[in-house]
Amino acid sequence: MDVGLLGQYVANGLMLGVIYAMVAVGFTLFFGVLDIIKFSHGDVLTVGAFTGLATFIGLQMIGVASPWFQVFIIIIVAVAATGFLGALIAKYLVLPLRSAPPLNILLLTLMLGAALRECVRLFYPQGANPKPFPRLLPQDSLALGSFTLRLDNVILLGAGIGAIAAVHLVITRTRLGLAIRAVAQDAETARIMGIHFDRVVLLTFALGSGLAALAGVMNGLYYNEINFSIGLLLGVIGFSAAVVGGLGNIYGAILGGFLFAALQTIGAVLLPAIFPGLPSAYKDVFAFAVVIGFMAWRPTGLIAERTAERV
Amino acid sequence: MNLIPGLIGIAAIAAYSYLFLHAESQGAVLGLVALAAVGVPILGRFGWIGQASRSLENNQAAGRVVIAVALAALVWLFREENFAMLMVASVLFYTVACLGLTVQFGYAGVVNFAGAAFLGVGGYTSAMLAPHLPHVLVLAIGGLLAALVGSILILPILRTRGHYAALITVAFGILFRQFVEVNDALGGPQGLQVKGMSLFGWDLNSPIGEFSFYTNYVVAGLALTALAFILVRRLERSWVGLNLDAVRLDETACAVFGIDVARWKILAFTFGNFFAGVAGAAYAMMTGFVAPNSFTFADSLIMVSIILLGGLGNAWGVALAAAIMLVLPEKLQALQEYRFLLYAVLVIVILMARPQGLIPRRSREYFS
Repeated sequence: MDVGLLGQYVANGLMLGVIYAMVAVGFTLFFGVLDIIKFSHGDVLTVGAFTGLATFIGLQMIGVASPWFQVFIIIIVAVAATGFLGALIAKYLVLPLRSAPPLNILLLTLMLGAALRECVRLFYPQGANPKPFPRLLPQDSLALGSFTLRLDNVILLGAGIGAIAAVHLVITRTRLGLAIRAVAQDAETARIMGIHFDRVVLLTFALGSGLAALAGVMNGLYYNEINFSIGLLLGVIGFSAAVVGGLGNIYGAILGGFLFAALQTIGAVLLPAIFPGLPSAYKDVFAFAVVIGFMAWRPTGLIAERTAERV
Repeated sequence: MNLIPGLIGIAAIAAYSYLFLHAESQGAVLGLVALAAVGVPILGRFGWIGQASRSLENNQAAGRVVIAVALAALVWLFREENFAMLMVASVLFYTVACLGLTVQFGYAGVVNFAGAAFLGVGGYTSAMLAPHLPHVLVLAIGGLLAALVGSILILPILRTRGHYAALITVAFGILFRQFVEVNDALGGPQGLQVKGMSLFGWDLNSPIGEFSFYTNYVVAGLALTALAFILVRRLERSWVGLNLDAVRLDETACAVFGIDVARWKILAFTFGNFFAGVAGAAYAMMTGFVAPNSFTFADSLIMVSIILLGGLGNAWGVALAAAIMLVLPEKLQALQEYRFLLYAVLVIVILMARPQGLIPRRSREYFS
């Protein structure tokens, strides 16, 4: 196979991987503090992406033209609004049900996701149709032989890695991070030590949801199109990535995200090469089949969940 | 105890169903929904619902006859109405599939978020085999194939717990839909035509006299539902059901007492998928086509919502919840566009306000 084409696939896979990893980190954060799976996470991402788009339209209306400034404002508004939404969900839906059976919480958040998705479809103007997302990043590209490196991809990849690194720093180096880790380790003891449990949970949900909003905006900037159902598949993939990596472990989530992207890329490139006649559309079938098989081999993920150290 | 309260209860439910299926205007439908929402809690407050259900429990044989008569009367009244009969038949087939899920979720505690996929295995089986084999056999093969496909998941499900097990079925549900969508032999995104059902030389698609041909499917669906119902109720009452309950409540304790946890989980999972497969095969023959879009993750969620809404592990609750979830959005035309939102909000409200479901499962009684 041509090296340039291979490079293109690798670049694409890395891009997908960083978006998946951002979603997976959210799942793993929520699982860490509350031991629950918040399945509406993917649809929170959709809300973030649509908030970004609405902000862009608003900025155009008031006549802001600088693309960099637009991107900056879009990200600030989307992350803040979605973070707030995440905190609201935690306060009014998740925390009251904390002691309910896990199945009920899983179903509640699944249904919440469906409700958010439907709200975007029904109440965003013409929300049922795919929406073009503006190209705001510089479109210059660098040709390296047959491989073209697009500048906007490099920026997005850097931004994604930067965001994950920032979250990691927050968790390992700040007082809030210390509180989050304490709650994850033992909520009861954390409370006795004077940590405001509810506030930590709300801030964690805001943090994870903000990260999802950023992933949603990045997804829009990368594909230049968003629709109301992007969150469903991204949510399931993010969940898979978090589980494959090992729930509650931030490194596992990152690893899982890139692993899933690698599986999809392999499914799209390698499978048709090995079995001629097999269309590359089987990439998701292949990726999910490997995930199922993997779970039979490592039932608690690559980096197994430990009670002593989560998040 | 006398039969009168139970009789009145069943008559009231039948009359309500009649009015609801009959209601044409949006105002009438909304009025009936409001009536149920206000009336049922009031009746419960007076203890009348408890009285009626106790009366039926104490006169089981007579109760069954009364229920059969009420059902037959309803079918007779709507025999010429295509739409009403289609809805009733859909509710019946969904009830069969959800009874299967009840065995998995409610008894053994094995989660399955891929119900629609197993429904789909049955549906595609009948699309492929209906022109070649007797249809009773097709239904059975649909169920067997669903159970066989499900057996791929047994190893990962046995090895995992909780959220990890949930992921496996979620991933499988999405995998199945993607697979049938890209597979050209199975019709791709357009799906396949399915031949109408014919049982023992009786072509269900040719109407008898003035009747709607869906009435035939309602009769077949009733037979299938009754069979599934009896099987599930017997299973629940038997030592098998007792073992399944034990596995759900505490796996460790079970293992200590020598109960083979893996065996019962496999049994419940296979049994449930078989039901979903049979229901899917029958449903596909009724609607006349199968397409990937009928077997999405959202459809699996609707099935799980039905069993949770009805009350986990309660067979009667499944039938009631299936009726509510399937008929209500069809009837409220104004809300047709908003139906998924309605489902989602309804389930969220139920989970917050009444997590045990509409008709909670009662604990076992051995000495009554």
